[in-house]
Amino acid sequence: MTAPARPTATPDLLYSQDEEDLRSAVRALLADRADAPTVIAATESATPYDPRLWEALAADIGAAGLLVPERFGGQGASHREAAVVLEELGRSVAPAPYLTSSVVATETLLELGREDGPAVALLGDLASGRRTAVLAVPFGTGPAGAAGATTSLEGAVRGVGEAAAADVLLVPTDRGLYAVEASDPAVTVEPLVPLDLTRPLADLALAGAAGTLLAGPDASAAAVRRGLLAGAGLLASEQLGLAEWCLTETVRHTRERHQFNRPLGSFQALKHRMAQLWLEVVSARAAARNAADSLAADRPDAPLAVAVAQAYCSGVAVHAAEECVQLHGGIGMTWEHPAHLYLKRAKAASIAYGTAGSHREAVAALTELPAP
Amino acid sequence: MSPVVDAAEVRRRTRELLAEHPPAATARADFLAARFDAGLAWVHYPVGLGGLDAPRSLQQVVDAELAEAHAPDNDPRRIGIGLGMAAPTLLDFGADEQKRRFLRPLWLGEEVWCQLFSEPGAGSDLAALATRAVRGEDGDWIVDGQKVWTSSAHVARWAILIARTDPDLPKHRGITYFVCDMTDPGVEVRPLRQITGEAEFNEVFLTGVRIPDSRRLGPVGEGWKVARTTLMNERVSIGGSSRPREGGMIGPVSRTWRERPELRTHDTHQRLLTLWVEAEVARLTGERLRQQLAVGQPGPEGSGLKLAFARLNQEISGLEVELLGDEGLLYGDWSMRRPELVDFTGRDAGYRYLRSKGNSIEGGTSEVLLNIVAERVLGLPVEPRSDKDVAWKDLNR
Repeated sequence: MTAPARPTATPDLLYSQDEEDLRSAVRALLADRADAPTVIAATESATPYDPRLWEALAADIGAAGLLVPERFGGQGASHREAAVVLEELGRSVAPAPYLTSSVVATETLLELGREDGPAVALLGDLASGRRTAVLAVPFGTGPAGAAGATTSLEGAVRGVGEAAAADVLLVPTDRGLYAVEASDPAVTVEPLVPLDLTRPLADLALAGAAGTLLAGPDASAAAVRRGLLAGAGLLASEQLGLAEWCLTETVRHTRERHQFNRPLGSFQALKHRMAQLWLEVVSARAAARNAADSLAADRPDAPLAVAVAQAYCSGVAVHAAEECVQLHGGIGMTWEHPAHLYLKRAKAASIAYGTAGSHREAVAALTELPAP
Repeated sequence: MSPVVDAAEVRRRTRELLAEHPPAATARADFLAARFDAGLAWVHYPVGLGGLDAPRSLQQVVDAELAEAHAPDNDPRRIGIGLGMAAPTLLDFGADEQKRRFLRPLWLGEEVWCQLFSEPGAGSDLAALATRAVRGEDGDWIVDGQKVWTSSAHVARWAILIARTDPDLPKHRGITYFVCDMTDPGVEVRPLRQITGEAEFNEVFLTGVRIPDSRRLGPVGEGWKVARTTLMNERVSIGGSSRPREGGMIGPVSRTWRERPELRTHDTHQRLLTLWVEAEVARLTGERLRQQLAVGQPGPEGSGLKLAFARLNQEISGLEVELLGDEGLLYGDWSMRRPELVDFTGRDAGYRYLRSKGNSIEGGTSEVLLNIVAERVLGLPVEPRSDKDVAWKDLNR
């Protein structure tokens, strides 16, 4: 009956009561302001973002400042709480620049803003939700792929996630990381037609824009890596929330819909597929919590926890969304049913911050399982 | 009034046990007996039966103290069926006399237990079992039938047994639960050789086996309810053990990859990484389940974990055989042996590959577990059942 001693660095994979309270607040807000018809309608408007939703989420609930210490104007919470917010955002697929601004841009600035300086001033703005920022790299860039995108504040950056919503662009260059006002006349933000309409993409063109140098090249590279690591790690929680919605709705639908004089959900062929999805969602939760807790505790194995979570949760979200469409049958193929929003978000998210394959390559490097 | 049994009290008692019976100077059997009698065997069991009526989570305190002192344990793997299945069932359904008689020698490992549940005609549909128990005029039960997949039957002193006592009732209602004496002359144990070449399991033939009514567990006809306690504990004991990173089936193949660069190919690399990630996630899922249990929020993840490990063990060991190439064409040893312990990750890759095929069959097939998840966790409707209100004797078998 001897249990192995518990290692001291065992991650906390559960949710605290405070985290559950935060979840309830975010979920209630999203139910109120971002139900499926609202989101579908928003994706067909010029801008999908709802400013009142953002204000309520970022400022009233304080979600934008969760990663930011109180002395910089934030909530002084951690990645664990931000991950809970992302689970709920994934569950609703509401358009909101949370992952790009409140996680990736914020984490990048936090790595630079250990003391006073322009990064710290900007952090306060982001933490309050008054302004948003994006890291000006292609949305598919993972923690391993970050490099100086432009040689200076001249040039183009393709496919930047949520750039159109951003007030500030954080531009990595060979000389370091610059903060550039999106309203600068030398900046052009060209919206693209994205696969995932709930998370717009844009090309950026910089024609000698004026910017504030936040840090030199080495510190910038480390900060960008850190920002993208947090983005990839917490994207797993968004994918978890998305997958959970897909499973819940699919179970609900197949319990209610009757064909052959039976509920669809009584057919074993379908039950086994949903049970398999449940197992994947349960596993994704463990992987996502491990990544969030490892980032929060700044553990040395956080890069491995993130790579494992992203390599796993990307596929789970896509699988859940694909099963959701298929098991809904014809209605799942329609524009009016929200299943397509989840499929598009899941598929796009499987590329964002690095594909599962690129994260498996990171696992190979981190665990000394090298390629031939 | 007895003191409140909290972590400090449990620690104090454990240290007292260690002081009075220093492991280095005490015979193993004496130490274990003293531990049982001090209530430190399983603290959540009742006082007098090896426990302290304390919360189950406090067992960790005992185990940590004893491990640090290098105290002997009761070799839990050798007596897993007794500890994991017979004991919780005795605790829940046994009469006081039965608990007093059986639990102490069970925990000490003096008496090994086995499980007489599955039959050639009753696998996934266990409740359809055909072994008959008929009550004689003297009140004893006479049992006839055949059981299968019985590990430890050849070394067991006792068995937990379910048998049909009323064939006129629907299948779930005519079953009664017994403790069977494996030394009864009507019990014949034959090894059952399996695809690995070994015989971990046995067939057990029961011919006129006499069981006194005092060895019945629970009321006549309520055996299915009793058996469900046993089976629930079986799944927990299979899926719930703690593991370090690379602690399971992924360990050997990862070591082979690191040590044998000449075997590496691009295809096996991609598959290895995918499985490594899945194995790590399964490990984390198990860790999360343990954390939920520790704070008293048991989740339904246990049945899911068994599904995950069964598939992973099979895929990982299959990859390993392939990775080994020419060596994968060989097999260590086909000779018929009767190992006392089941070892999923021991021996060579070929053995691991073949043995892991059983992981999705033993303790509930993966197909049945998916049904359980779908119906009990997700609340999906049950399959239409044609056997529910039919007398067992009228079923198609």
